Amino acid sequence: MPETVFYALEVMLNGLMAGIMYALVALGFVLIFKASGIFNYAQGVLALFAALTLVGIMEGQVPFAHLINAIFGTSFHTFGFKVPALVAILITAAIMTLLAVLVERYILKHLVNQEPIILFMATIGLAYFLEGFGDVMWGSDLKSLDVGLPKGIDETIESLTSDWFGYGFFIDRLDIVAAIVAALLVAALTLFSQYSKQGRALRAVADDHQAALSVGISLRFIWVLVWSIAGIVALVAGIMWGSKSGVQFSLSLIALKALPVLMLGGFTSIPGAIVGGLIIGMGEKLFEFLIGPLVGGATENWFAYVLALVFLVFRPQGLFGERIIERV
Amino acid sequence: MLYREAGDFKTSYVADSQTFPIKFDRIRYYIVVAIAFGVVPFLINDYWANAVFVPFLIYAIAAIGLNILTGYCGQVSLGTGGFMAVGAYACYKLMTAMPDVPFVIHVALAGFITAGVGVLFGLPSLRIKGFYLAVATLAAQFFLVWLFNKVPWFYNYSASGQITAPERMMFGIAVTGAGTPAWAKYLFCLIILFALAWLARNLTRGSVGRRWMAIRDMDIAAEIIGVNPLTAKLSAFAVSSFYIGIAGALFFSVYLGAVEVGEAFGIQKSFLVLFMIIIGGLGSIFGSFAGAAFLVLLPVLLKNILVGQFGWATDLAAHIELMIVGGLIIFFLIVEPHGLNQLWRVAKEKLRLWPFPH
Amino acid sequence: MNAQIPLSSYTMTADGRKIGAVLMEMKNITLRFGGVKAITDISFDIREGEIRSIIGPNGAGKSSMLNVISGFYVPQEGEVWFRGARRPQMKPYEVARQGIARTFQNIALFDGMSVLDNIMTGRLTLMKTGLLAQSFWWGSAEREETAHREKVEKIIDFLEIQAIRKTPVGRLPYGLKKRVELARALAAEPKLLLLDEPMAGMNVEEKEDMCRFILDVNDEFGTTIALIEHDMGVVMDLSDRVVVMDYGKKIGDGTPDEVRNNQAVIDAYLGVSHE
Repeated sequence: MPETVFYALEVMLNGLMAGIMYALVALGFVLIFKASGIFNYAQGVLALFAALTLVGIMEGQVPFAHLINAIFGTSFHTFGFKVPALVAILITAAIMTLLAVLVERYILKHLVNQEPIILFMATIGLAYFLEGFGDVMWGSDLKSLDVGLPKGIDETIESLTSDWFGYGFFIDRLDIVAAIVAALLVAALTLFSQYSKQGRALRAVADDHQAALSVGISLRFIWVLVWSIAGIVALVAGIMWGSKSGVQFSLSLIALKALPVLMLGGFTSIPGAIVGGLIIGMGEKLFEFLIGPLVGGATENWFAYVLALVFLVFRPQGLFGERIIERV
Repeated sequence: MLYREAGDFKTSYVADSQTFPIKFDRIRYYIVVAIAFGVVPFLINDYWANAVFVPFLIYAIAAIGLNILTGYCGQVSLGTGGFMAVGAYACYKLMTAMPDVPFVIHVALAGFITAGVGVLFGLPSLRIKGFYLAVATLAAQFFLVWLFNKVPWFYNYSASGQITAPERMMFGIAVTGAGTPAWAKYLFCLIILFALAWLARNLTRGSVGRRWMAIRDMDIAAEIIGVNPLTAKLSAFAVSSFYIGIAGALFFSVYLGAVEVGEAFGIQKSFLVLFMIIIGGLGSIFGSFAGAAFLVLLPVLLKNILVGQFGWATDLAAHIELMIVGGLIIFFLIVEPHGLNQLWRVAKEKLRLWPFPH
Repeated sequence: MNAQIPLSSYTMTADGRKIGAVLMEMKNITLRFGGVKAITDISFDIREGEIRSIIGPNGAGKSSMLNVISGFYVPQEGEVWFRGARRPQMKPYEVARQGIARTFQNIALFDGMSVLDNIMTGRLTLMKTGLLAQSFWWGSAEREETAHREKVEKIIDFLEIQAIRKTPVGRLPYGLKKRVELARALAAEPKLLLLDEPMAGMNVEEKEDMCRFILDVNDEFGTTIALIEHDMGVVMDLSDRVVVMDYGKKIGDGTPDEVRNNQAVIDAYLGVSHE
């Protein structure tokens, strides 16, 4: 086979890997949407906030150092010790859970029975707040995140494929790890929602708030639970993206990549999030490879959206979403 | 007893459906208009024009536009930045291609072109609803910004990729370009805003506005009582984009003078205008003004206090501004989903009874 | 089982109202949702000036039938004839423009608007002013608005809701909301008025009011009315003719007395004597 075909294959493969990253973020969206009907725009910022917090704890940064220094004229920066990655991850997970409790108490509780679009806009507000808060807490400079995940080109794959096809495929080890983590996460979430008591309650709430309330399921507890899970999914996504390209504001923009994934896959379907992520990841890399040079490149900025838009016009509920029957 | 409606009887339906049915409101409105046209132009200087008044006037136009689509017709759009960019680039191309045509015509044409683009991107609204549509409008946002960035024809092949407004005169006075006096910028934007607000008010109080609101409140019922969703939604997209296009044209030509598309019309702009109408009040022309004023003044105020008074770093102030804006959005949605407009109305209702509440 | 009214131009009812020619005719309507048949091969007609009721147990397909008439559902089989012509497949708003207005089982008012504006939306099918004329509020726009406002005020008087004219509908109690919905439907000056359970959830007094309004509408404006209702007393008192549905099939059709004595209807719906 000619070189270019292999190269295209490699592009597709890398697209698939990027798609898994998108799917990771999309997963957090789907969880919250299913359980509360809230389209959580802040999911990307949650990932950023989780990654910022993780780096901050690992590096022993003083939280709010800038603010404290600005007010009191001091110059704190770090505590002078480092925290092991695993401990830091656990602490961050705890903080994300605390955040879920606060979000429920101070925002969601007051917005019960509001229209979905109001809730959506509230999460945009939350996204702004958290972005500012994360920056004030940890500073907005670009930070590198290293929790000990393998990185770089996998030589084994390269030499193996080189022997077999005469073309060495370049695949980032981090992408492979991400794929495995995503698979584990989906498996764990599926088991949790199918076989645990809380999982069943969660599905009940997703189906019908009122009915779930009437059989004694605590809506508030479920919401805290869901937002905690979403926070932890965001942490995983934050670790993956952060390790790949550093922790800074642009990390929150992966939310914008996850949105078309959701539109494609359907807002309520976990498999939809995965398949949608893969289609978009692969599609945009392939499009950039084939068409990009003809139109000036950087098509990744919009390709996913236009694809999702065209798709939605023909199938408004997404690939795996449930069909909407309108009633009067 | 400062504010009352007692004794203010209406004897015709025309009088009853006027914009300010209460005499006190009417008088206050005339006073505000008189000050805006008769006093401010004589006092304004470059700092006030550039930091407060001109951005306020332009954002108010954009906010009215988005409010027509989102507040009146219920279609949430996150593509405002992209549509402002269409207005700006259309205005630029027209200004450079037809230098002899009066500048106002350029601005109006830019509005019509944007209306066309808005209708195009509004077509999916016939199939998809709610936040599906909101996300779909992001397609417009990203695609349009990319387009103006990548196709050199739009920026006349300039080396920097920026567009720069040439000087244009109205009645012998520069309104665009470096030599424009502050009062001319202000007055030019004010006149356009005044005209557009009046048009918006007329549209929203009659049958067209009721069609939009019916679609917003319950689209299925609206269709069954005889509202054609196609024409109702697309007319809202067209009118809304017309306003936003004009705002984009003014933002580029009168306010900034030179823009780089990703910086001036990025997704942050879409959110900013959306926040203005949430804070000001969805479905209210007055709310569009209030929201625009609020979000234009807030950063200026914060910057003066935090940076100017306390001497904090500008990036820290910017982050705190983000927190405050985000917090306020949530606060308004929880406390008063109808925004400043509703607070104002409640205050007036209290005043009406004051000081004898029973 | 079929109607006893002869096909002459019109007949007089006992209370002196005119019942005219066939206004709407449903011919062999079948409606399916996926594999489920909501309506199976139903035919009936509605005559000008009459009050026609559709009754049946829950899930019998009554609301689906109303939705077929108002164009919201498109039946897989059968024909709808309106004013002597077969109706092609139409969008709901086109049906509305033909002169069919309706109310809803679960109130479907526009919550963000005042009572007056809600009723004014009923006249949207009759308002013609374009975008441009309206934006400048030229004479025609203002004249049209005023003319329609006058018509709407008459309906407001008729239904005795003057006091709540400017109240946002969201604040109204249930019974008044139902009344405003009726006002909105009436504002369209319909040839055929469809009422989907106009008395559901009302107390006796509110029901009496509503009955009075329905009879007055029929009597004063001569509006043809088709309604779904569960309250048997109301149906039997109001209706000229009644269609009975069960499991998507028509099991009875005729005057209230005929339906009351129809064995199939008694078995399926009325059960053993209520008295």
